[in-house]
Amino acid sequence: MRLPGDIDLGAATSVWWRNVTVYKHTWVKNILPNFFEPLLYLIGMGIGLGYYVGAGIESSDYLAYIGPGLMAAAAMNGAVFEVTYNMFVKMYFARLYDAYVCTPAQIQDVAFGELMWAVTRSLIYGFGCFVVLVGLTFYGYPIITSWTAVFLPVVVIMIGCLFGLIGQLFTASIKTIDLYSYFYTLFVTPLFLFSGIFFPTSRFPYGDEIAWFTPLYHGVRIARAFASGNITTEMWVSCAWIVVVCAVLFALVPRRLKKRTF
Amino acid sequence: MATTSAVRAQGLFRAYDDFVAVNGIDFDIQVGECFGFLGPNGAGKTTTMRMIYRTSPVGGGTLEIFGRDASGQGADRDLKAMMGVVPQLDNLDQEMTVTENLTVFARFYGMSKKDRQTRVEEMIEFADLVDKRDSLVETLSGGMKRRLMIARGLLGDPKLVILDEPTTGLDPRARQRIWEKLSELRKRNATLILTTHYMEEAERLCDRIAIMDAGEIVALGSPRDLIQAHVSKHVVDIRLGFDGDAKALKPLYGDAKRVEELQDRVLLYVDDAESLIARVAHEFPELDALVRQATLDDVFLKITGRGLDG
Ligand SMILES: Nc1ncnc2c1ncn2[C@@H]1O[C@H](COP(=O)(O)OP(=O)(O)OP(=O)(O)O)[C@@H](O)[C@H]1O
Ligand SMILES: [Mg+2]
Repeated sequence: MRLPGDIDLGAATSVWWRNVTVYKHTWVKNILPNFFEPLLYLIGMGIGLGYYVGAGIESSDYLAYIGPGLMAAAAMNGAVFEVTYNMFVKMYFARLYDAYVCTPAQIQDVAFGELMWAVTRSLIYGFGCFVVLVGLTFYGYPIITSWTAVFLPVVVIMIGCLFGLIGQLFTASIKTIDLYSYFYTLFVTPLFLFSGIFFPTSRFPYGDEIAWFTPLYHGVRIARAFASGNITTEMWVSCAWIVVVCAVLFALVPRRLKKRTF
Repeated sequence: MATTSAVRAQGLFRAYDDFVAVNGIDFDIQVGECFGFLGPNGAGKTTTMRMIYRTSPVGGGTLEIFGRDASGQGADRDLKAMMGVVPQLDNLDQEMTVTENLTVFARFYGMSKKDRQTRVEEMIEFADLVDKRDSLVETLSGGMKRRLMIARGLLGDPKLVILDEPTTGLDPRARQRIWEKLSELRKRNATLILTTHYMEEAERLCDRIAIMDAGEIVALGSPRDLIQAHVSKHVVDIRLGFDGDAKALKPLYGDAKRVEELQDRVLLYVDDAESLIARVAHEFPELDALVRQATLDDVFLKITGRGLDG
């Protein structure tokens, strides 16, 4: 089956399957951190720091305020690692993509297969976080308060796609692996801190305006809306933002990659 | 009859930035033929192969594969579905086992699950890796990896098989096995293109050979034709010993059609070896001299101006 951009779904699935195969070797060892990380943030920031933020934020309990945003961040982290270091190693050190394109597969199939895998990782991370959020809700913290939370997996997939594509574009544009430290310290970390997960972006002058142009901000907005059932026009704008940016990146990435692998 | 060409190139060209790696070469490989590219390191063999197996863009000239234009990338999927490729550099998936490597790659050829399983079993047998089927690739020896690369390349039952130095690093038994497999493929009318640095391999497998040097094809023909055209029938090979000096042998040079002075030996190319060997025995009794048939090695030496080991 062909997708837009002449992507062969069968070949892409083969690339995805390769990653599943490798993941199966180690998943038992790797699955637990997916639960610990959100749990630690929620306890440390939500319950610990939240105690001193007694009034909560935007009329919600501090823990309930940061919960959905942390899930958005988990989705981002799940995708980003796969398409940065892991992808670079597969592409340049292991020369795996050279091997794939010797079969009927084309580079755009490979890119799409890797994206499918990045989204899968987002879902694994996001699911870990989701389970913790649901657990805390039942424990008495009002984090997930609406049936609309059933759409949170869709939010995770959107964030996974977005960051998977951003990471792929970066990987296709750099020549040395050292540049990822800039990607993480100057892009991923600031997004984590200033996308409205821990405090509203309006805290800083022009905070909202600047954040509007950054990707995680929109993911956080959508996740928070679905968790609380407070569906707003802004949320739909954020959905549209992610879809449009994904579409642009989707067209750019294979072109870039083709230049690098030939 | 439309065409019996498997791969036809005219003025095929490829440069990396300013550096010309393949400088307008012509060849026409027939369906069912085994065609070899020989040449010293850096001659442009791999670059040529990569253009044929569609992972390097054609820089100029025309390239046709099974009668279809391959100078652009339009037909790549269909063309690659007919090809089996064994690249020069190891690009196996180190993080997976032998079986997993083959299974994952078999998926790329769109086989059904059942076909995939049978095919993978077949190829594990062929690569003689039954004992290692569940070992991670990183734990295999160099030769085993090479065998797995070849098995992987043949998964899709290709009509055109392209092997870039398939047997480098293999022991004689494994090499023999690969040769047998390649002969079997040829019986099924598959077309073979290979590069090698082993002249006996080329002589044994290839119907025709192109010798490349500095991006050009400098000789092309069957091994026998090449030997006939470029060197004499016999070679008198004189060992000089440790402190040997080729100068002393100069008087003999007049008897030979061509002389090659190597580090520890002198090769004299002659049609009539009898009289020369008698002369050596008489005038230089202390030296070892032997007569042998001229081989592709001698052709290679003459054409490219350097031996494979020198
Ligand atoms: N990606 C590349 N970028 C720049 N130059 C390259 C690249 N690949 C090959 N070359 C150059 O092109 C020339 C031909 O290389 P190629 O790999 O085709 O040689 P070869 O005949 O296969 O040699 P060998 O016997 O060592 O495998 C060499 O001089 C090499 O340095
Ligand atoms: Mg080579």
